[in-house]
This record gives sequence, structure tokens and C-alpha cells, in this order.
Amino acid sequence: MSENKIPVLEVIDLGIDFGGLTAVNDFNLKVYNNEIVGLIGPNGAGKTTVFNMLTKVYQPSRGTIKFCGQDTARMSVVEMNKAGIARTFQNIRLFSNMSVIDNVKIGMNNQITYNNVEAVLRLPKYREQEAKVTEEAMELLRIFGLDKDADLIAGNLPYGAQRRLEIARAMATKPKLLLLDEPAAGMNPQETADLMDMIRFVRDHFHIAILLIEHDMKLVMGICERISVLNYGMLLAEGTPAEIQANPQVIKAYLGE
Amino acid sequence: MKTNKNFFAKLFTREYRSRLISFLIIILGYIVIELLMATGNLSSMFQSLLVPVTCYIVAALGLNLNVGVSGELNLGQAGFMCIGAFAGVCISGALAGVISNGIIRLIIAIIIGALLASLFGILIGIPVLKLQGDYLAIVTLAFGEIIKSLINNVYVGFDSNGFQFSFVENKLKLAPGGKALISGPMGATGTQRIATFTVGVILILAALTIIYNLIYSRSGRAIQACRDNRIAAESVGIHVANTKMLAFVVSAALAGAAGALYGLNYTTLIPSKFGFNLSILILVYVVLGGLGNMTGTIISTIVLVLLPELLRGLQDYRMIIYSVILILTMILSNNEKVKTFAAGLRKKLTRNRTKEAAADE
Repeated sequence: MSENKIPVLEVIDLGIDFGGLTAVNDFNLKVYNNEIVGLIGPNGAGKTTVFNMLTKVYQPSRGTIKFCGQDTARMSVVEMNKAGIARTFQNIRLFSNMSVIDNVKIGMNNQITYNNVEAVLRLPKYREQEAKVTEEAMELLRIFGLDKDADLIAGNLPYGAQRRLEIARAMATKPKLLLLDEPAAGMNPQETADLMDMIRFVRDHFHIAILLIEHDMKLVMGICERISVLNYGMLLAEGTPAEIQANPQVIKAYLGE
Repeated sequence: MKTNKNFFAKLFTREYRSRLISFLIIILGYIVIELLMATGNLSSMFQSLLVPVTCYIVAALGLNLNVGVSGELNLGQAGFMCIGAFAGVCISGALAGVISNGIIRLIIAIIIGALLASLFGILIGIPVLKLQGDYLAIVTLAFGEIIKSLINNVYVGFDSNGFQFSFVENKLKLAPGGKALISGPMGATGTQRIATFTVGVILILAALTIIYNLIYSRSGRAIQACRDNRIAAESVGIHVANTKMLAFVVSAALAGAAGALYGLNYTTLIPSKFGFNLSILILVYVVLGGLGNMTGTIISTIVLVLLPELLRGLQDYRMIIYSVILILTMILSNNEKVKTFAAGLRKKLTRNRTKEAAADE
């Protein structure tokens, strides 16, 4: 990756304390456009905490998060999404009582400009924008292979489809950076292989950067261009998949002495 | 005839089906009642229930938006009705000399009642809806009681100088020609009864239109998203507090409108009518009808208002039977066997319909 470009995401000396416990410290990361970066580490290393800081679910105690060159210190969860960061969750968080297509439409809420009066009176602006949103949502569902299930209740979808729907919903917000928290958790090898193709396709089709947390090493080594390893809240190593695989410290962290 | 077919297909989508059924129930009910009244077959007892039923339905529909769709427990719906009722009575009394047409005064009273109730809704919502958990239930519960006590102690009059307020009866000095509108615990007296069943039915249809159109819009989806998963809703850029506020304020406004209609249906109205019991009663209508199910709310409200009257022949036992019926309904509607039976029945019905549709082609 060319180092002279502005990174989509630049994290400098990020840290957070919970009471007296330092969960993450001195964490640094750069993610460039069109890049797939992996964040790995043993259980409890602080990977999801990093995601929660990047999306401002937790306010970091120290350090800077720059998004597209801009400091995000004062931004809230909602503002981070509006700026262009979308995410999925480790334990799926869909709107499980709503239909599949409505889940995706919610992602587009901030692209809709009609107000409540226009909605209640069903004015032309409402009709036009609803038609457009429905069309775009169907297009997204088609990309993620969910178009046939558009009217099903999201909570009734099979597990793998729920994971895909979560990514579709995140993509509906038109992000510049997509954060995937263990997208392959609970998937069988075939589903994982399909997921790898899908993640690559999402990157190429939407031209976005992807940062993902994953325990499935086959997936991480297969699709990530760069990998950062987190251990006890500290950055242990970073590099290409080959470098990480050969790094003695990483092997020690995963396998012990 | 492709457009025609699309039109009918649209009628049977989930959205339009529920909308159609609830509208049909209200309109058919209205026609039947009007026919009964015209032929003189409706007892005066039932006639006296007509306007209150429409008020309860509107307030319950509003509460269903708040409790069922938005998922926030609100125990102060009677408080918002109280505001609407006494605001409506005051406005109507004040305008009596200016506008002689009762219907126009009633509509103005309903609008003012709704606006005032939504104003109180905003004031309560600003601090409470930022919090997570059951705080809204606690605060609205207290709010209902405070409003009731407040109106129990306020004296309002109207004269050539405008509205006069006092918390002590004899300090209310009205200019000649002025009249007292609310006199503390005695409530509003001497109100002109201008509420009509027709306006009540129109108010229900308006409430249904507002609620359905809101649910199937950007804001409605956001409201449901915040109910289903607050964290995920924020992660896709939805401002949770504002969204919940919208549902809460619309609910309060509908209660205010219902209250204004209710207040103008009686010559005397005391604030203690709008106690905690009424809030719970409206909540029972909503829960029994099904959270988020507007048609269910309408049916359960009608049944539960009529039931004690129909059981009147049983005298002292009627409230016992009423509560037994209520408990049985709650248990049965949550019974797995009954549920599977209902689901099977529904499946059979839809299969027949798709078969018919296939046969038509």
C-alpha cells in the first residue's frame, strides 16, 4: 500500500481504562481505501473493545481516531456512522421482529429526506423516496443473496443468512469503512468459503475499506492484506499474513511456551 | 390488466391488509350503530357509551404506538387525557360566545387538547427518554397523578380579560359576564355537551391514518428498530432518544385529543376520573389487543367497554366475571396449543386464497 495516501482510518496511541483496568493501550492502526485488514488475537485481547471505541460505543480514555484525516474526538455513535463507519456485531444484532427488507431500509434512513408530515400525508416526495429506497434495498438484498427472503421476519432467518443481512444493513448506510466482528463465527467450512468470496466482492464492488476481527485463521490469512495482532490490549505485531504466520511472538501468544 | 392486478396484490400486503380491516371495522360499526339509532333500537345506556368508546379507542391506539411499536411502557395516558379534557372544556367554554357552531368548537378544542398534551409529552420526554430502562413508566405514572392533583386544586375562569387562574377559590375575581370553567375538586361544570359520535369516529379514522402512515415510513421503521435493538439502531445512525420521543409525543397528542372529546361529552367532569385506574385500563386494552396490533386494540377496547355493561344482569358478580374473562383470555392467547391451532388455521386460509388466486389465472 502506498504510504503517501491519506488513510481512511488512522488510530494513534489509542487506549481505554475501565476503572483501574487498562483494556487497551497504545494501539496504532492505519487502514487505507480498498484494503482488507484483519485484527486478531487470543480471547479477551481487546479486539471488540477496539471496535467499540472506533464506533464510539466506548469513549477512548487516550489517543486519537482519525477518520478520512479528520479527528473524531467529539463524535457520538450516530455521528460516526454518518461520517462513514458501519459495523456488524459479534453476537448478531438484527432488528429481529422486522422484515428483512425493513432491516436494510433502516440502514438507509439518513439518506431519506422527507419529514413526518410528508409521510403521514403520503405526499409525492414520500412516494418517490420510498420507491427509490425499496428498489435500492432490493438491489442490496440481491447482492447478498437475500432477495427471496425480503418479506420474512429477520429473526426467523437461518444463522448464516442473518450474518449476511447484518452486512447488508451495514452496507445500506453507504460506509467508507466496514467493521466486521467475527463474521464467520458459527459458520461451517462451506459457508466460510462463501463468506470470503462475499467480503472480497463487497470490497471490490463498493470500493471500501474493511477491518475485520476473526478467529478463523483460514479466512484471515486468505483475504486480509495486512494483519494486526492484539494481545493483552497491546499491539503485538503487524504485517502481511506470511509475516504474521512466521512471527515467533504471535505463535507464542496463541500456543503458549 | 397488469395495473389492476398490482393494485389488488398491494391490497393484500401485510401493511394494507391490517389497515383495511381496521378501517372496515370502524366504518361498518358506525353504519350499524347509526342504523340502530335511527330505528330506535339502541338503548340509552348504549348511546351514552358511544362517545366514551371512541375516546378510549383513540387513547388506546396512541398508547399502542408508544408501548407496542416503540416498546416504552407509559403509565400516564390518563394524565394526557386529563390535560386534553380540561383544556378542551376551557377552550370550548371561552369560545362559546364567539363561535356558536358546536362542531367547529369541538374540533378546535380537540386540536388544542392534542397540542397541549404533546407539549407536556415533550417536557417529560426530554429528560426521561435519554435514559434506558423503565424510567418512562415511573415518570409517567407520577405525571398522571400530579396532573390530576393539580387540576383538583386549580380554579379557572374566563371573562372579558381572558383566562383567570387561581389556586384559591375566592381569589378568582371575574369581571361581570365572566364564568368559572374549572372549580377545583368540583371539576368543570356547566359544560355544553358538543361531543358527537360522528366526530369520535372521524377521530379514530384520523388516528389510524396517522399511526399506520407513520409506522410505514422512515420514522416508523426507526421507532421499531430502537425497540428491537437500541445498540444496532445507533450503529446505523439512528438517534434513539429523538425517535422514541416522536412515538411518545404522538401517543400523548392522541390521548389529548381523545380527552378533549371525552370532556365535552359531559356537563360535569371531575379530575379524579382520570386516575391511575384509567391509565391501566387503557393499557389493558392495548395488551389484550396485542402489542403493535391496531385492529386488536380497537376490538379489545370495544369488547372490554361493553362487557361490564352486558354483564350488568349479573349484578354484584359482574366485575368478578369480567376479571375471570380477562384472565382466561390472557392465558389462552399465550397458550402454545391455541397458538399453533390459530397458526394452522391462518395457514389453511392463506393456502386457500393462494389456490383461488392460482385458479383465477
